[in-house]
Parts: sequence; C-alpha cells; structure tokens
Amino acid sequence: MCVQVVLAYGAESDKDLGIPGESLSGIYSAREFVWWYNGHPDYSCLKPDLKTSDSAVILGQGNVALDVARILLRPTTELASTDIATHALSALKESSIRKVYLIGRRGPVQAALTAKELREVLGIKNLHIRIKQTDLSVTPADEEEMKTSRARKRIYELLSKAAAAAKTSKADPDQRELHFVFFRQPDQFLESDERKGHVSGVNLQKTILESVGTGKQIAVGTGEFEDLNCSMVLKAIGYKSVPVNGLPFDHKKGVVPNVKGRVVSHTSGDISQTEPGLYVCGWLKRGPVGIIATNLYCAEETVGSISEDIEEGVWKSSKAGSKGLMQLLEKRKVKKVEFSGWEKIDAKEKQMGIERNKPREKLVTWEDLLAAAAN
Amino acid sequence: MLGHRISRFGSTIVKQLAREGYISTYGRRNLQRSYGHYLPSLPVVPRQARTSQEAWFLKSHKFCTSSTTSSENGDEETEKITIIFVDKDGEEIPVKVPIGMSVLEAAHENDIDLEGACEASLACSTCHVIVMDTEYYNKLEEPTDEENDMLDLAFGLTETSRLGCQVIARPELDGVRLAIPSATRNFAVDGFVPKPH
Repeated sequence: MCVQVVLAYGAESDKDLGIPGESLSGIYSAREFVWWYNGHPDYSCLKPDLKTSDSAVILGQGNVALDVARILLRPTTELASTDIATHALSALKESSIRKVYLIGRRGPVQAALTAKELREVLGIKNLHIRIKQTDLSVTPADEEEMKTSRARKRIYELLSKAAAAAKTSKADPDQRELHFVFFRQPDQFLESDERKGHVSGVNLQKTILESVGTGKQIAVGTGEFEDLNCSMVLKAIGYKSVPVNGLPFDHKKGVVPNVKGRVVSHTSGDISQTEPGLYVCGWLKRGPVGIIATNLYCAEETVGSISEDIEEGVWKSSKAGSKGLMQLLEKRKVKKVEFSGWEKIDAKEKQMGIERNKPREKLVTWEDLLAAAAN
Repeated sequence: MLGHRISRFGSTIVKQLAREGYISTYGRRNLQRSYGHYLPSLPVVPRQARTSQEAWFLKSHKFCTSSTTSSENGDEETEKITIIFVDKDGEEIPVKVPIGMSVLEAAHENDIDLEGACEASLACSTCHVIVMDTEYYNKLEEPTDEENDMLDLAFGLTETSRLGCQVIARPELDGVRLAIPSATRNFAVDGFVPKPH
C-alpha cells in the first residue's frame, strides 16, 4: 500500500525575547491573547489583566500586533456583533485600557505590518494616533528600501498622513490612543512594587539603524534607556513551530528540515537523505511568514515532489496508513471527533449566534464541544 | 477557486495512483467525489460542457457586480472582446470575453491557470496579471487603494501590474495581452521583461 503523510500543522508556539522579567504575570504572547478572545478552549480562562492601569504595551509591529491592538481599542458596541468569545467581550467592556503602545525595534519604513491592516486600525472611531515627527525622518538607506519596495513606501506614506492628521485633532479625556513607538527594543520587564510578581512596565533601549548590505538595515542599541509604564504586555514577535517526538527538527530555524517538501532524515556533507513518504508544507516548512500566495506556491512545490515520487515509484511503504492510525487511537482510548462532529459543532455555534445577533456564538470548553459533536 | 485547483491537483495524483494500480477505478471515483463533498460550491465540471458551464457560472457566481449585467444581456447578443492570456511558458491563449466580465472570470471560463484564492474579495494577490502593453495599461481606470494594498504583496510586481478580478472587459481593451506571472523564475516572453517595481 502507498502511504504519504504531509505535515502541515503550522506554528503554534511563540518566539521568546529571552530577557529578564519575561515570566512576570501580565505578560502574554499575542497568540495566547488571540486564542482567548477567539474562544480557544485551552485559553478561555486566561483572564488577562485589563483593569490595573490604562496602558498596554505590544512588542512588535506586524499584523498580529495590529490585530490585538484593534481588539483592545475598538468600541465594544462594535465588537458585540462579531463572533468574539462572550467572556472576552465582557472583560473588554470593563477594561480600563485607553493607551496602547506598539513598539518596534526599527523605523516606520521597516515596520512589518501591511497597508490593509494599517488602514483598518487607523479607521477606528474616536482613536487618537500618536507618532513622533522625528521618527518619520528618512535616511538615504530608508529611501533605497522604499524604492525597491512599493509596499514599504505606501505604508510610510500612510503613517506620515496619520501623524499629520493627529496633530489637528483635539484631545479628549476618554479618548483611546494608539502610539507607534519606533527605534526601541525591550531590555527587561519591570516588576510592580504594589503587586509582586506582576509587570509594571518595560525598560526600553533606544536604537539606531545600521546597514548590513543587500539593502537591509538592522537595529543596534545605543546604550540610552527609558521606562514605559504598563500593566499588560503582549509579545507579537513571531510564531514558532512545535517539534514532535521522532520528527527531524531544526531548532534554530524552528522548521522541519526538508528538500522541496520532502522531510530530511539526516544530512552528511552535501547529501541529504529524505524520509520516504513523509512531506511537509506551509509554515512548518518555511517558517511563520508569508501570505496566501506564498503558501500556494509552497503547496505546489510539495505536491510536485509527491507526484514525482509516485511516478518514479521511489518507495513502497509497508506502513499501515489511516487504518493503522484508527487502530492505534482505539488502543490508546483517544477520543476522536470526525468531520460530521465538526459540522454539528458548526451548526450549534451558528444557531446560538442567531439568537444573539452574532455570526456565531463559540463553544469555549472541551466539554461543550464534545457534547455538541456527539449530539 | 482554490478548491478547483485542489481538485485538479488531487485528480492528477488520483489518476496516477489509479494508473499504478494502487486504487481501483471505484476508489478513484470515490476520491474525486470526496473533493466535491468538502467543497460543495465548486463542482468539478468536465471540459466538454463549456457552454452550459458558462451559463451556470454567470448565474451562480458573484465574482464582480458586472457579471449580472452580462447575464441580463443574453449570451449570444453580448458584445465580446478578445483578451490574450500569456501563460508562464510564453504560450499565447486568445479568448473571447463578454463586456462586463472580469479578467479572472474570463480566465476560469477558459481553463486558464489563474488563481483567485479570495474569490474576488480584494483579500489576496493571487490573480495578479501583467498588462504587457503600456498603451492598454493606461486605458484602465486607476486601481483603488484596496487593490493597491493587495498589489503591494504580489510576486513579481511591475509598473503595469493589476489584479485580474478588478480588470473588467470593455470595448477599448480588445486585443489586450495579459501575462500570468511565474513566482519561481524570472519572467521573459518574446523579450518582454517586466520592470521591477
């Protein structure tokens, strides 16, 4: 029998900063926060601290950072008609967070966010955008980057326009603020005196940019530091894949080593020995970056390898395949949910959503999910 | 039309598996059916049934608002222009496109390999096409901010790039040549080399 396995389980873990204070309470990865408000059953009890102060710091300036900033700053009346988890909506209604700081090591020209997502955040009602005029000055190296990337140029223009518009609007005490903080990298987290074990701020080091050839600029610390107070930190600095027992894994890059999607079992010198019948695709193959089109081409490459291998009859597997998998699950008494179970959960969530004027009301505990699937 | 693409890839693998004798013909049909099951809105329709597919396509797919105009006009009387698609290997494929139909729809109607992952909702860049003659590019309306946001992320972006779902067939575009970019190699057809943006 012919068995192929394609690993496409993405990147479910987070990169760490590896700086002091990272384990203080009140510091979460953005992914945990997203899973909390999206109703992931493992995170419905996260209870992020939204009431201790008016400030939250987000480390990173990619689209995930913008996502979580948007959830913290959008009027809850608007969020009420989305499929946000009910426990998150209740917590956000009582949130005292009014200022969100998006911190990036480099400048507006290097920010990882993209235009569509930036527009959405800039369009939030009654949101005051704050960008330092000095952060918007560009160097020749920045100009060069903008010349080679239309995306960066347009993002820089959007941020400049937002900064200019902000100057003309009046301050309002209850208004929410989004600060884009550039050229700062986190050095350590500060612990609260009143509340031991909880974060009270971030110590940031000012940076400047240095060219490293090929048009790229990196951030370098200047030795100047400043503190930024906050009661919650969200780290949005990138995802990481989770290794699996027995699976070849490159811990440095956080991916499964492969050649055109064929999993590499070991490498000696220039020759890579690949694992017959085992393939990898998506973020697990390339790292947690890319858009739909990137994944499309990545999939084409892996499928191309599978096709080639089938045609050349490269391997004849004696593995038991899905039948063997079912037997193993039964032997280990693992509960499984079939696609029909997923459809029942989907129907139930949509039904509950109708009753509450939302696209769906998510089931957020494993018990409820399994009960709905078995119905 | 990601589902269509998956179906076709799946079909290729399935056909090869069947050829090798790994699965019976019954199994093969079963597998092909299961793609349809998971993607109910995208049935796999054989090439021969083009005309009826066209009519069904125009009626039930809302790729852009102008598709309803063309179906109201009736299939025979709708004015058509010629669009020439140039694929990754440089092959020129001329197709007849009714006025009001988008380039993406026209490509799918004629089995041209143009992906449209987000189904024309301006949420991706997979229907990226390159207008090969500046004269024709200038006849198009300026892209909106939303289109430009997605074009920013397209592979091999050029000064005459557009999203196929946003380019609508009009009389003045008769004879336009549109290149489908390849992600993996530098594109050059008949000496045409896109200017990097």
